[in-house]
Amino acid sequence: MDRNSRKAWLYLLPALVLLAAFLLYPLIDVLIYSVEECYNFASQTYQGVGLYNYSYVLHDPYFLQAVENTFVLVVITVPISTLLALLISTALSSIQKLQQLFQTIYFLPYVTNTLAVGLVFMVLFQRTEYTDGLVNLMLSWFGAGPIDFINGPHWAKMFVLCFYTIWVVLPFKILVLTSALASVDRTYYRAARVDGTSRTRIFFRITLPMISPMIVYLVITGFIGAFKAYSDAVALFGVDLNAAGMNTIVGYVYDMLYGDSGGYPSYASAAAVLLFAIVLTITCINLLVTRKRVPA
Amino acid sequence: MKITLEGLTKQFPARGRKAQGVTTAVENLSFEVPDGKLVGLLGPSGCGKSTTLNMICGLETPTSGRIFFGEQDVTALAPELRGVGMVFQNYALYPHLTVLQNILFPLENLKGENRPTRQQMRERALETAKLVQIEDLLDRRPRELSGGQQQRVAIARALVKTPRVLLLDEPLSNLDARLRLQTREEICKIQKKTGITTLFVTHDQEEAMSISDFIVVMKDGVLMQQGRPQQVYDDPASLFVAKFLGTPPINVFEGEVKAGQLRLAGQAVLAVPGAPDGPVRAGVRPEGFVPAAEGPLACALSRLEVLGRDVSVVCTHPACQAGTLRAILRTAKDIDPAAGGVRFALQPDKVFLFGRSDEKRIPFALPPL
Repeated sequence: MDRNSRKAWLYLLPALVLLAAFLLYPLIDVLIYSVEECYNFASQTYQGVGLYNYSYVLHDPYFLQAVENTFVLVVITVPISTLLALLISTALSSIQKLQQLFQTIYFLPYVTNTLAVGLVFMVLFQRTEYTDGLVNLMLSWFGAGPIDFINGPHWAKMFVLCFYTIWVVLPFKILVLTSALASVDRTYYRAARVDGTSRTRIFFRITLPMISPMIVYLVITGFIGAFKAYSDAVALFGVDLNAAGMNTIVGYVYDMLYGDSGGYPSYASAAAVLLFAIVLTITCINLLVTRKRVPA
Repeated sequence: MKITLEGLTKQFPARGRKAQGVTTAVENLSFEVPDGKLVGLLGPSGCGKSTTLNMICGLETPTSGRIFFGEQDVTALAPELRGVGMVFQNYALYPHLTVLQNILFPLENLKGENRPTRQQMRERALETAKLVQIEDLLDRRPRELSGGQQQRVAIARALVKTPRVLLLDEPLSNLDARLRLQTREEICKIQKKTGITTLFVTHDQEEAMSISDFIVVMKDGVLMQQGRPQQVYDDPASLFVAKFLGTPPINVFEGEVKAGQLRLAGQAVLAVPGAPDGPVRAGVRPEGFVPAAEGPLACALSRLEVLGRDVSVVCTHPACQAGTLRAILRTAKDIDPAAGGVRFALQPDKVFLFGRSDEKRIPFALPPL
C-alpha cells in the first residue's frame, strides 16, 4: 500500500467505523437472528440453526396478509403517484401566473406530520355515531350508500390507504419533477418549434427522455418507500393492524418485535430479510428494465 | 430566397419590480439579404442581433415592422411554416437521440402529403449527412462528438428539410480557435454548394469579414452600416464601425482640422482638403502608417513586435486616445529601435475623420493616385 492510499483509508476510517457499527453490524445481526431457532430473548439462548423461522413466517396468515397488502399498495400507488406527479408538474411548469403559489400548495402535505394528516383523513372517511364523514356525505349526493372506510370492507380500507399514500408521496415527486423540467435547456424547445414539432411529440420525444433519469429515480425510491409503508397504515387504522387486516410487512416486523404478541426477534428478522429480498429483486428488475432506455 | 426586413422593431417589457416602460432590443431595422448570399450580422454582444435572428425564424414576434421572404410576408407566420433552418449557438442537438435520429427529427414532424415515406426520409438524411461529411458518425450520440462534428450535425439537421433560408446563431463561438478557422470555411463551402440564402450572427468581426458576401453592422439595436466587407472596412460611416472592424483595431486620435490640414497635438500631419475646420477624431488603420525620416507624425517608440509575416510597431503619441498606437509594417528595416522615436507619414486612404460629438464620418478629398 503506497502512502497516498494509506492516507485515503485513514480519512475514510471515521465514516467506515460508524457505518460498520451502525449499519453493517445490525444488518449481519439481523441475518444471524433470522436463522437462530427458538431464540429466547430473556436468556439470549437458541437451540439450533436453520430455516424454521422463515418457514414459520411464510406460513403465518398475518404475514401473508401483510405481503398481499404491501404488494397491492405498491402496485397501485407507485404508478399512479408518478403519473399524477408528472401531469401536475408539467402543468405547473407551463403556467406563468401563480406558479409559486401552486407549488407551495402542492408541497404542503410534505411538511405536514403523518399522524396529523392521518387524523384529517379519519375525519374525512370515518363513520361515527354522529356523522358518516365528509366523503360519505359527498357520496350520498350521488345516491351512493354510506361506506365504512375505516372499519368496513377490506377494499374500502385499501382504497383509503392508497389514496392517503398517493397524497403523501405526491409533493416530493412533484418537487423533483418540476425542477427536472425546469432544468431542461430551453433551446431544445426552441429548436423543436422551428421544426414545427407538435406539443405531444415534444413531450414524448424531448421532455420525457430528458427527465427520464429523474423518473427512474422516483420509481425506484417510490417502490422502496411503498414496500416500507407502515406509519401511514397506523395513522389511519390504529396500532392493531392485524385485527384491521391492514398490516404491512414492516408493520408485521414491528408487531413481532414489540406488539401484543411481541418478543420474537427471530421471526421479525426473518420477515425483515424477506422484505429485503423482495425490495432487492424489484430494484434489480427496475434497473435492468430502465438501463437500456435511459441515457446516463 | 431574398430576405427583406422593413422597419423591424422589438421591444421587451423592462425587467424587475420597479422597472417601467420597455427595453428596445431592435429599432427600426431595415436591410436585405440577397438571394443565395451569405450575410453576416455583426455587432457587439447585446446589440440585438440574436433577437433579429429570432424574429426572422419566427421564435420572437416583432413589435412592429415586417419580414419578407421573397415577396411573401412571413411576419405573422409560425416558424415551421416559414421554411427556415436554424443552427443554435449551443447546437441544441437532442442528447438522447443518435446523429441520424437528430437529422431525421425535423422530417418526422412533417404532416399530411408533405410527409415523405420512411425510405425517403432516410435517403434525404443520408444525403444531407454526406453534404456536411458526417456520414460515418450517424450512429453516435451527440456527446460522443467533437464540437466541430456537433456543429455539422446541427447544420445537417437545419438543412434536411431543404429550407428557404438558413440561420446560424454564433456558429463558431463554441469552437476552439483552430477549429473555428476550419469550420468557417466549411460553412462557406456548404453555403456555396447549396446556394441557400444564409444569415449568420456573430460578434467576431474577423469571422464575419472572412466569409460573408455582405455584412450588416449593428449597435444598440440600430443598423450602423451594411455592405461588402471590404467596402465597409475601407469606408466606415462612423467611428463605431471603424473601431469595430479590423484587427488590430484602428488607432483613434483627438485632433482638429484647420485650413484643410489635420492637426494632431498641434502638428499638421495630413492634408484633408474639403473637411471643415473644427475638432475631430481621426482614425488611422494600423497599415496606414508609413515610416519616413521627415514624416510629420513623431511618436515615441515603445517596442517592436515581430510576428514573422509583418512587424507591429507599438508607440505612443500625445493625441492618441488609447495612449499607445499600433502600426503594422512589412519590415522593420526603416525603424531604429535605439533611436527611441519614430516618424510616420500617413496614407490618406487609411485615415478617416469623424465628428467629435456625433462620431459620424467627415469626408475629405483623397489626392489622385
